[in-house]
This record gives sequence, C-alpha cells and structure tokens, in this order.
Amino acid sequence: MDTIHSFTPVWIILTSAVAALLIALLGRWPNLRESCIFVAAAIKLGLLLSLAPAVLDGKLYEFEVMELLPNVGLAFKVDALGLLFALVSVSLWIPTTIFSIGFLRPLKRHAQTRFFFFFTIAISSAVGVAFSANLLTLFIFYEALSLSTYPLVTHHQDDDAIKGGRKYLTYLLGTSIAFALPAMIIVYQQTGNLDFANGGVFASGTSTALLAVLLVMFLFGFAKAGLMPFHAWLPGAMVAPAPVSALLHAVAVVKVGVFSIIRVLTGIFGVDLLANTPSLSTIVCVLAGITLIVASLIALTQDNLKSRLAYSTIGQLSYIILGVGLATKIGVAGAALHIPMHAFGKITLFLCAGAIYQACGAKRISEIHGLGRKFPLTMTAFFIGSLCVIGLPPTGGFVSKWYLLNGSLDSAQQWAFAVFLTSSLLNAAYFLPIVYKAFFAAPTDAARLDKAKEPPLLTIVPLFITSAGCVLLFFFSDKLFQFANTFAEMYTAQ
Amino acid sequence: MREQLPIVIILGPLLGAVLAAFTGWFRPKLSHPLVVVGLAISFAAALKLVFIVAAVGAQEYWLGGWGTKPGHGVVGIQITVDHLNTLLLAAVSGIALLTALYTKRLVDTELAGRQRYFYALFSLLVTGLLGITITGDIFNLYVFMEIAALSSYALIAYGRGRAYMAAFNYLIMGTMGACLYLLGVGFVFAKTGTLNIDDVSAIVPALGQSQALFVGFVLILLGAWAKMAFFPFHGWLPNAYAHAPTASAALLAPLATKVAVYTMLRVMVTVYSIDYINHSPGIQSAVLYLSSIAIVVASFFSLTQTNLKKLASYIVLSEIGYMVGGAWLANKPGLTGAMVHVVADAAMTSALFMAIGCIVYRLGQAQLDDLKGVFFKMPVTMAAFVVTMAALIGVPPTCGFFSKWYLIQGAAQAGVWHFVVALLLSSLVKAIILFRIIEIGYNRVPHPAIEGNPAIPRNEAPLSMLIPTVAMALGLIALGLGTSTLVNTIITKALPAALTP
Repeated sequence: MDTIHSFTPVWIILTSAVAALLIALLGRWPNLRESCIFVAAAIKLGLLLSLAPAVLDGKLYEFEVMELLPNVGLAFKVDALGLLFALVSVSLWIPTTIFSIGFLRPLKRHAQTRFFFFFTIAISSAVGVAFSANLLTLFIFYEALSLSTYPLVTHHQDDDAIKGGRKYLTYLLGTSIAFALPAMIIVYQQTGNLDFANGGVFASGTSTALLAVLLVMFLFGFAKAGLMPFHAWLPGAMVAPAPVSALLHAVAVVKVGVFSIIRVLTGIFGVDLLANTPSLSTIVCVLAGITLIVASLIALTQDNLKSRLAYSTIGQLSYIILGVGLATKIGVAGAALHIPMHAFGKITLFLCAGAIYQACGAKRISEIHGLGRKFPLTMTAFFIGSLCVIGLPPTGGFVSKWYLLNGSLDSAQQWAFAVFLTSSLLNAAYFLPIVYKAFFAAPTDAARLDKAKEPPLLTIVPLFITSAGCVLLFFFSDKLFQFANTFAEMYTAQ
Repeated sequence: MREQLPIVIILGPLLGAVLAAFTGWFRPKLSHPLVVVGLAISFAAALKLVFIVAAVGAQEYWLGGWGTKPGHGVVGIQITVDHLNTLLLAAVSGIALLTALYTKRLVDTELAGRQRYFYALFSLLVTGLLGITITGDIFNLYVFMEIAALSSYALIAYGRGRAYMAAFNYLIMGTMGACLYLLGVGFVFAKTGTLNIDDVSAIVPALGQSQALFVGFVLILLGAWAKMAFFPFHGWLPNAYAHAPTASAALLAPLATKVAVYTMLRVMVTVYSIDYINHSPGIQSAVLYLSSIAIVVASFFSLTQTNLKKLASYIVLSEIGYMVGGAWLANKPGLTGAMVHVVADAAMTSALFMAIGCIVYRLGQAQLDDLKGVFFKMPVTMAAFVVTMAALIGVPPTCGFFSKWYLIQGAAQAGVWHFVVALLLSSLVKAIILFRIIEIGYNRVPHPAIEGNPAIPRNEAPLSMLIPTVAMALGLIALGLGTSTLVNTIITKALPAALTP
C-alpha cells in the first residue's frame, strides 16, 4: 500500500481551528466574523479535493504528530472513507453557515459569536475523527466533539435546553467513558496496537467471547451512532437551534458515531474476522436491525417535526452499521455510500424544519397542514429530502440503498434484506403524509398561515443547494461510489 | 557544581524559611521575596537534575562527606536523586514556587495582620516535603516527615473557627502515622542494622521470609497511609483542607498527600521489592479492594458536597485511591500509571485549588449555590477550572487521561476488574460535578447578552493569581502531551528491573 507522508491533513484540521480563533476575536464585527467561516470552508474544501486523486488511486496520506503511548501516536491517515466523510461534512458546512446567518440574525439571537466559535470547533473535531489513524486519536477528537457541541445544544439556556444538554452529555460522555475507553484499553493491552489496518489488530485464536464483549462495548460506547438503547440523547438534543440540528445532529455528530463504528469494525476487528465468525457479525446485524425497525416505528408516532426527523436519523444510522455488519464488500461500500446520501437528504429536511419554524413558528406536523400552498418551494425541498431518505429515485438515497440490499443478499445474514425493505416502507409511511398534508389538506390553523411571512432568502437558498445536491448525487453517484469502493476494496481484500 | 545540586534543592527553601522567620520579626514585607528566591533556586536545581538524571542516571550526595569512607554508611546520611524521585522533586519545587507567587494577594487579605510568619512556615513545609522525597535514609525520612507535618498543622490552624479542630484532628492522625512509620523503621533497623535505603534493599532479599521485616513493612505502610489519608484513614483530610486558609490548602492539597504516596512507592519499589509484594498476595488483593472502595466512596461523597473546597478535598481523596491501587497492581503499566499520576495529580490538584482560590478571593466563599453567573464574572478563571476538571475526568490530551490509561491497562492486565470499574465510575462522577458547576455558573442566570437582562460586571481575579492558575492549567495539557517522553526517558527506568525485560 502506497503511503504519502504529508502535513496537509493537519492543515485541513487546523484551518477551521484557526478560523475559530478569528471568530472569537472578531465577535464585534459580524460580517467579518462570518466571512472567516466561508474563507476557512473554501480553503478546507480545496485542500480536501487536492487529496482526492491520489486517495482514489489507493494511496494513503499519513502524518504522525507525536507519540502519546508506546506504539500509539497522535497520528492522521487519509483514506477514501475518511476523505469522503470530511468532504461531506465540509461541503455541507457552507450551506449550513448561510442558513445560520439567515436564521440567527433576524431573530436577534444572543451569543452568536459563541455559537459560531463552537460550531467551527465541532467541524474541526469531526474532520479530526475522519482523519484519525488509530483508535486513540479518534477517541480524542470524538470527545472533543462531544464537549464542543454541548454549548450548542444548550444554546437557548432555558430549562428545556439545560435538560436536553444534561441528557446529551450523560449519554455521550457516559457511554464513551464507561464502554469505549475500557474496550480500547483492553484492545491495547491484548495487542499493543490501535492502528486501523486491513485485517484488524487481533491475533488469530483470540477468544470469541472476549471479541464479542469488546464488540458490544464498542457498539454502545460510540453512542453518537444512536444504537438502541443509547439513542435517547438525539431526540433530546433537538432543543438546539435549527442549524445545529441540521449539520451536527444529521451529519457531523451522528455520522462521527457510525464512522467510529465502521473504523472499529473494519480496522480493529477486520471484515474477514466478522465474516468468518458468524456470531460477531450476527451481534452487529441484530442490534442494528432492531434499532432500524423500532426507530422507524417510533418515528411514526411523533408529532413534533424535529423529533420525527431525529428518530428517522436513528433508524438511518443503523442502515450504515447493518451494512458494515454484513461483512461483504458490497455491503461495506453501500454503508460508506449511505453516509453522504443520508447526509444530504436529512440536512435538507432539517433546514426545511428550521425554515418552517422561522416562517410561522410551527414545530408540530399537525400545525403545518396546508403550508405547501403558501410555501411551495420549501415543501418541495422537503419532498426531495424525504425521497432521498426513503431511497427513491431520482435521489442519491436510492443508490446507497441499492448497494445495501445487494450486500445483504451476498452475506450470511439474508434476513437483513427484509429488514431494509420493511424499514424503507416505514420511512415512506412517516414522511410522505407530511408532504401530502402540507399540499392537499385543509389548514388546521388558517390564521397562523395568514400571518406567516416568507423566510429570509438566506434561509431558503441553502435548501435549494442541498435538495439539488440530493438529485445530483443520483446522477453522479459513480463519483462517490469510487470513494466507497476504494475503501471497501482496501479493507476487504485479503 | 553538579555534585552539589541535590543539596541545593533542600537548602533553598530551608534558608528561605530561616531568613523569612528572622525578617518576619522586624520587616515582614521581606519574607515573601526571600521565600520566592529560595524556592526559585530549588526549582532551578531540581529541573537541572531532571535532565542530568535522564541523561546519565542517579546522582548521590553524602551529607558532610560521612559515609564515603568505609564503615561510615551507618551514620552518614545519603541523599539521592534518581529516576523515581526526580520528577516529583521538580514538581514539588515548581508547584511550591508558583503557589508562593499565587498566594501573595490571598494571604494579604485572608490573613491580614497575621501574615508575619506565614511564608516561613510555607517554606519550611516545602523543605520537609522535598526532604522526604530526596532522602536516601529511612530515618532521615521520618525527620523530614515531622518537619513537614508540624509546619502543616500550623498552616491549617492559621484558619479561623473550625480550623483549630480540623488541625487538631489532623495532628492526632498525623502523629499516629508518624509513630507507626517510626516503629516500622525500628523493625527494619533491628533486622538489617542499617538505615540507608540502598543498603537495606541489598540486605532484605537475603533475609528471606522474616516475620520482623514483614511487620516492619506493614507498619511503614500503615504510617504512610495515615499520612496520605488513604481509606479508612481519610477522616481528617476534608475538614483540614476545607477549613484551612485557602493559601495553605493551595500548597498542602497538591503536595502533602502526593509525597506520602511517594514514600509508599519508595518503600515498595526500592526498600522492599516487587517480588516481596508478589509473595504476599493476601495483602495485595486487600489493598486493591481498599483502593477501589476509597475511589468509589470518595467520589460519591464529593457528589454530595455543597462547598467547593470540601468537594475538591474529596476529589483529592479519590485520587489517592488511584495511586495506591496502581502501585499495588505491581505490574509494569500499573506502577507506571501510579508514578505518572503522582506528578500529574500534584499538578491537577494544584490547578484545582488555585482556581478555587481565585473564586474564593472574589466571591468570598465557595458554596456551589453562590457560583451563579461566575462564568461571566471570571471567564478566565473558569476556563482554567474547566480544563482542570477535564484533566481530572481524564479527557485527552490532558495528563489525567494518560495516567488513567496506564492504570486501567495495568488493572486489565492483572485482571482486577473492580479497580477498572472504580476508575471509570470516578471519571463519570467528576464529569457530573463539572457539568453541574457549568449549569449553575453559566446557565442559571439570565444571559447578560440578551437585551433586558441585567448585566453581570466582570470581576476577574488579580493577575498575580490569574497567571499562575492559567499557567498550571496549560501545564496539564503540556504534561499530557509530554507523558510519553517522560515515561520513555525517566519513569520506565524507575521501574524495578524485574518488570522491564
């Protein structure tokens, strides 16, 4: 495997950290402050794209900053999956920032500088997770992300926000300290190695019981992935302002959770080990399968729009985990592909929810009947986002679900096929009625609709960008599939 | 000059103490700068020795030249700077120096009119602590132990009201500890005929399973445990540190208990040996259980506290359990973790008490309910406080994360799962405490930036207190990033040869 020694990964992480510093200093001048974000995002995106050709060629960018423990350092490695995830996070950061400006300024929200500061730190941490070369580095950035998003979740600083924030930290810090940390130390004690590598770190002959215990500890330890029963923080985190829910709780934070689980399954355990030890693969698939179905069923019952979206996210995250758990090449590729596809779909939905809230203050689905006739563009974007999450053409979600279904047929866990299909039906059942009622049902609260005013342009434009993204991803899915496939080949080849 | 460096470490604060007491008599203003200079000299020597020890190995110094001639070893006193104590010496003298700078304003207000002999006692306490750490003679260690203890009783009794009672409790417990230690030394001396640590460690293996030596070992350990407030000898500590003047607590809390832990490590690793511990498995598992209980009980008590100083004292108690347990795992990662944690915890506790001192200086008290809005009043102090608590929780890349990593690794290797659970539980409890304080200090007030809410005037601690606090908090991160260097160059070499193949 070719590796390129390069400092670029560190620069990419640092650009947003430097931007955060500037944001803190420029708090008095909002325009200057926010232009920092765009400049940083553009530089970051440019640097990320400059890495793409070599990475798609199967090469790796590596850089070790320093050694932290014998044989384990603060080290970065850029492979196809990491680059894909970083690209998704950073490219969605731009529309979200536009949205944030449109969302926060007219409402005269307090502490906007603090908001943008921690938002930027969170993006840095997410990219740090994406580029981590070993489990310890990943853990460091994972915790940094938990801590830096806490001020965002509690942004409103009222009782609900404090309660949500408390739940958020209890679940995320609690599980990572109680499960992921000891599991990681046991792996280190057993193998002396925490690097992500094809084939994992365990010597052959490691007892399956130990592996199973470690596996469960990792699956629950990275609770950002929302595996049940450690999912309740995500609906609780919906007290955060809309842009936070959109980028962090549909893309960066939750995807960091599944990303960590993918890294552990492919790089620490190894896909071959999973494939050859059916009990391990079954554990992953059953836990993910249960979450998938149960979360979709709960989503059906939610009237609060953001809660329904949150439960939908919990279900969709388990698609990815289930895909990797299948331990087939196509399954892994499909799982990797589902990261960007779901990200674009879900962020569109959350931005729509934010725009709706801003236009008429509605938080509940029962309050937005008839809204589609007043705001056809917003609800059309919502419709496209729903299609993407359900997995219908012509949106990107179709492609990733296609590969996931294929992967399940290839594997020993063929029942997963039925789970995927059932869940997709449920997805349709909880999304399409919203769209239908928005366009065709009689308004429940006509007075509210009359009062509603068009949301500012800055909150509408991002919706177009991301919903257009959902459609474009369908037509250019081969580009993304290259990333997913390069990763799957690297980690499933003998 | 190089061969004189070890004694310079002691002489700096000792002369500082004497001169400060003398000038305190007719010109009290001079005592603070004198003590600072003494500590600065001591710190410089200790720091230089860290590099020397890392490069060429242990440095010995015989007081008065006694012992360099044959037959003098019994009466001569040796002081040694080796891989086991060099980091702690630098930490003790460095933290003492920063604390001396930090406490000036506190002492002037808190002890106004009574500060005449404070810095003489301060410097004498540091002399005692450095002496315990540097000496190569088990009886001389007792002497320094008493110097440190007597000055710390006085420093605690500087407080008002319940401080006298707390100091008295501490005096009883501390004297018992010192007596037990001295008795143990008596047994060892009776059996080996020497007090020099190197000589004792050469003789002990030849004596085999001697009852007298075993009793000596247990007595010394009990003495050290009483001094470090290890469960169940912990009752004196929370009151003593909470009621002592903030300036005294800021010096005592980080250093006194850590030096007692070092005494235990020295006895376990050098005077006796890891083999000796492995041959007494009954005690080993009992001590490990006690450590876990110490951690869990202290953590839960810290959760119930309403006073910040009390809360911090219980955190100190739980950290004692980390180090004792790590040492008694008696394997490579466990001992490494204990040794790293002695230094890391000294730094963390120091930063914690400094931040609390800043809060007390401005708010006048440290009840949790009084902290409302403190993040707006003292943003820099609270930033340092958050970093410190993060280190105590064990958030990477602070030093607390790495010491905990080694401890958990050692426990996993030895299969002592209750210790792993205790460590993780303690982290979680500290996380709860941190976020409870954030909630009270940040979220429980109407945000001043929102129009119509009352503004909260900024009232940051004075720079002379703020700078040491921030420096210490940043030091926690630097120490964390430097852990692997310290372990590779120094701590690994302090481990008994039996553990490093």
